[in-house]
Amino acid sequence: MRRGARLLWLSVRAQPRPFALAVTGAALFAVMAVGGTFVIGRVTDDVLTPAFQEGGVERSAVAAGAVAIVLASLLRMVGVVLRRYFGQMAQRRMQMLWFQRVTDRYLAVPLPWFDEHPTGELLAHADADCERSTMAMQPLPFSIGVVVIIVVSMGLLAFVDPVLLAVALALFPGLALLNNSYTKKVERPASAAQARVGDVSAVAHESFEGALVVKTLGLEAREVGRLQDKAEQLRQERLLVGRLRAGFEPGLDALPNLGTIALLWLGAWRVSSGAVTTGELVQAMLLFGILAFPFRIVGFLLEELPRAVVANDRVRGVLAAPIRARSSATVSLPPGPLDVVLAGIDFAHGPDVVLRGLSARLAPGEVVALVGSTGSGKTTLCSLIAHLLDPGAGEISIGGVRLPDIDPADLSRTAALVFQETFLFADTVRENLAMGDDIPDDVIGAALEIAKARAFVERLPNGLDEVIGERGITLSGGQRQRIALARALLRQPRLLLLDDATSAVDARVERAILDGLRDSVAATTLVVAHRVSTIALADRVLLLDGGRIAAEGTHRELLSVPTYAALVRAYEQDVG
Amino acid sequence: MAIDEGLGDLEEHDAVLDVLTDAAPPGSHDHERRHPDASDEEEALRDAGAIAVLRRGLAVTPELRQGLVLTAVLAVATALGKLAVPVLIQQILDRGVLGEAGYRPGFVAATCASAALLTIALYFVSRATFLRLVRAAEASLLGLRVRTFRHIHRLSLADHVDQRRGALVSRVTSDIETMAQFTEWGAVAWIVDSVLIVTTLAVMSLYSWQLTLVAAAVFLPLLPALGYLQRRQLAAYDAVRDAVGDTLSEVSELVTGAPVVLAYGLEHRTRGRLHDAIRRQYTAQMHAAKWFAVMFPLSDLFGALALATVTAVGAINGAAWGLELGELIAFMFLVNLLLIPISELSEILDQTQTAIAGWRKILGVLATPIDVEEPVDGTRLPSGALSVDLDDLRFAYRTGDEVLRGIDLHLPAGASVAVVGETGSGKTTVAKLLCRLADPTGGVVRVGGIDLRTVDPSSRRSAVRMVPQDGFLFDTTLAENVRVGYPDATDDELRSAFTALGLDAWLDELPGGLHAHVGERGTNLSVGERQLVALARAQLGDPGLLILDEATSSVDPETEQALTEALDRLAAGRTVVSIAHRLSTAERADLVVVVDAGEVVEQGTHADLVNSGGVYAGLFASWLGNTRVLDDA
Repeated sequence: MRRGARLLWLSVRAQPRPFALAVTGAALFAVMAVGGTFVIGRVTDDVLTPAFQEGGVERSAVAAGAVAIVLASLLRMVGVVLRRYFGQMAQRRMQMLWFQRVTDRYLAVPLPWFDEHPTGELLAHADADCERSTMAMQPLPFSIGVVVIIVVSMGLLAFVDPVLLAVALALFPGLALLNNSYTKKVERPASAAQARVGDVSAVAHESFEGALVVKTLGLEAREVGRLQDKAEQLRQERLLVGRLRAGFEPGLDALPNLGTIALLWLGAWRVSSGAVTTGELVQAMLLFGILAFPFRIVGFLLEELPRAVVANDRVRGVLAAPIRARSSATVSLPPGPLDVVLAGIDFAHGPDVVLRGLSARLAPGEVVALVGSTGSGKTTLCSLIAHLLDPGAGEISIGGVRLPDIDPADLSRTAALVFQETFLFADTVRENLAMGDDIPDDVIGAALEIAKARAFVERLPNGLDEVIGERGITLSGGQRQRIALARALLRQPRLLLLDDATSAVDARVERAILDGLRDSVAATTLVVAHRVSTIALADRVLLLDGGRIAAEGTHRELLSVPTYAALVRAYEQDVG
Repeated sequence: MAIDEGLGDLEEHDAVLDVLTDAAPPGSHDHERRHPDASDEEEALRDAGAIAVLRRGLAVTPELRQGLVLTAVLAVATALGKLAVPVLIQQILDRGVLGEAGYRPGFVAATCASAALLTIALYFVSRATFLRLVRAAEASLLGLRVRTFRHIHRLSLADHVDQRRGALVSRVTSDIETMAQFTEWGAVAWIVDSVLIVTTLAVMSLYSWQLTLVAAAVFLPLLPALGYLQRRQLAAYDAVRDAVGDTLSEVSELVTGAPVVLAYGLEHRTRGRLHDAIRRQYTAQMHAAKWFAVMFPLSDLFGALALATVTAVGAINGAAWGLELGELIAFMFLVNLLLIPISELSEILDQTQTAIAGWRKILGVLATPIDVEEPVDGTRLPSGALSVDLDDLRFAYRTGDEVLRGIDLHLPAGASVAVVGETGSGKTTVAKLLCRLADPTGGVVRVGGIDLRTVDPSSRRSAVRMVPQDGFLFDTTLAENVRVGYPDATDDELRSAFTALGLDAWLDELPGGLHAHVGERGTNLSVGERQLVALARAQLGDPGLLILDEATSSVDPETEQALTEALDRLAAGRTVVSIAHRLSTAERADLVVVVDAGEVVEQGTHADLVNSGGVYAGLFASWLGNTRVLDDA
């Protein structure tokens, strides 16, 4: 509760102006809601009573009464509009603030951090958790308005008649109790139902994903049974919530009604004794009508608060994530082809040691194949050279400059890493290649040509301006890889790291790509390869085994190494 | 103080920004995004109005119709209960206080006491109404969810492509959930509120039909006004949903593409795009907030107008129309009472529309025809190896050209056949038709001499077994995954299936052995290992026809060896059709069938085809070029 209050206070402090306007609106509404009952009370006494019991009433009094009723409503309207609009503004601005903070942090964390956190979770932090963190801000202005309603109406009742006030005061604890007990009781089944929704979704997802297996093995009945179980559990929780609401909502009607009946009973006596006018009694009854709902608002606030705190904790968890070491290096790389020297590199993913004292050198302009079994650290090595990861020990230098000393902007211009798992933005082909830069079409065309992607891109209905991905057309794995390769080539890299970057490309096409690379790109190239044909194209082969370079030489030379021979024989089987 | 604490130290945030390499300000990126067209199934019902959806929906949801009459009666009672207070006010004022007899304490006490009793009784009635409505709603949601799920599983595999999976999942989750939200509150409100409006108007006209007409006339323009606001609000919410979707896809691009973003120094571009998207989302939210802000006060205003008019008209003409003061006051309370259901209905209107949209989508799925209808009294396939005959086999997906264009193929029982061809040649479709994942659009598939369409489904499933490329596993133990389809198999039987395939060593090395948890989609196992599990499954079924869809992705050498051996053992004594991606598989087969553009272009033994110098010889030469460099050494 205290943490909830702190979160609210923090949010209010961050958005003072919209929040102040929202509260002003809420207060105006509160005063005019009570004011409206006062107006009707006066109209009853000054317009209706004379009209019925004194045989007539001035037209001007009638008009004044009607205008007062409408005026009170207009003021209420202004209050509600202010409250709702600026309340939304305060909340949404706060959400935007959290959202930006979270995504800025995502941009600043070290790369391995992403491996530790599932994508779905990271998306939820940015979207749902940021929104939830601010949800309690919505009922807050109204809740403050509720306090105003209660204070003003009690004051008014006290002024009218102490007996009527007593009835109201007796009613309040009942309403508060009803609200409180409902809010408490409903919390568990409501959140349980939410969790069950997740279960149902998980079963559906898995089941449809395995549709082929379900069909071939005839598992339909089993799958329906699984879903039915989860859906039934969900139904049970929902029924529990429904049962509680069935008791609560009619109660919310019945209690004020009972209060009104009590009011009438006592009020009849007070009117007859002349202590209270008819209009005052009418006003008191109208007040009871508007008092029931505000309790609900405070209930919403109290329901929302703990959820906001939990969501905000998750957001803060992201904001507490580590930041990559900031590089202030300014050394530029020398011109011409670059060599790469790795000396005594150690690297571990958590407890798993991947590289142990690895040393190697790539000569300027050389094409080197990197071969090793699954999990031997080929990808890690590529990422280390591209400075996406920092080694635990040892030193890497490119063109004679130590990696940490190279200006990061210069490094990302000079060295290009192409991944096996291509990542393309859900955008046009052009944007995926140029990535914000203004690059002439013929330059793009040339890069596509080397990557052997030009022909199929030209066949796309909109060519370079075709949207790919989620909302556009779907490309095959090989096509995606070729686009990703062209993206790298477009930057005319002098160091090219291909991490199995053509694995999904047809073997013949792959060969054409590699031939083209050799002819037209003057880059030192490291190729992680699985195909013998690719390996054979390299000037030199490095065998990665046991966390270090176990052997190096030409393909033929290495065939005498048993580990290498076994590995290549396995690749040979695969004609992909 | 608190603010800095909460948002993260400002300086620290500067440090965050500093990590981003260059200092270029984030530019704005306008990008158009194409929205995919609605799928066919939605198309079918898109033009159907709300009423048509409702009628169809009721037809497929029997749970909703049960006990509807009693529930309606109870709802009327609930609504009448709400009218008790205004009537009481009138009675007390006119007959208990202000009447000719003056103050009558006995009458007041008796009337109030009976009103209190009535209120309490009605509390229970409306509780019961509510409960009945909730029960009916939950029962129908459960039924609808299960029926839709079952129907989706019966759809053709063509409907189960990756791109559609998200949509299918949302049919049984979020679409049903929007309906659930609606039934929890909206549906109940519709029934109670509309009854309330009618009964309130009825009681009002008992007091004064003239004033009722006046009030109704004032309220009348409210309905189109609310309708208009509703549409604007709905459009604004749609825009918000789109904006949120765009922001989320930007975030997911950042999260999944982080290595690319870092490797290419795209931090500033990404940040610019993200912040633009977040800002656009905010703008859309505030646009929606405008409509949200005026919606509710509008009903209030109309209520006040009605009240003012009733007061004025009543004050001037009331006495002449024979009204009493208490009656007019009661009438004013009734006008107030009318306001609640009207504004509530306007608020649930959008909920209703979303629910109807969800319902429409679900009905769309239920209306999608099932491709494969199982025979009622099917023939059982004989045991042992099965022959395969394809006669003029044709196939086309519902939307698209013919994928298979008249395939004739006759394979004797026990043959080992490799089907080769380029991606898109139709070879995978042949495999699907062989195990009846779809029915041919022309021609016939005979297995063991029997038309596959007349074969008993359970017999077909055990006699014809496909081992798919992607060995999908359920998120449970290895044993449970092998056991699916054969729930009665004992652990020993499972074990012996692995033994028969020579997989003992592999199984023993696996942490947890048979009871190892395979993880989501089986990701705790490698691609090759998942195939081993699929082979063990097939072994357990003892099929006479085995269809192997070879994996294209590379497998580590050890698993590769285990796979090859397991396949050899599994193939013994069965007819095997391999959709081959590997040269070695084609070389080992008795017969190689070359498929191109949906037709069989060559068939023969490996040696014959290589010598004939046709398509296969070309493919083979290219394979050789790729893989046999080794042999030169």
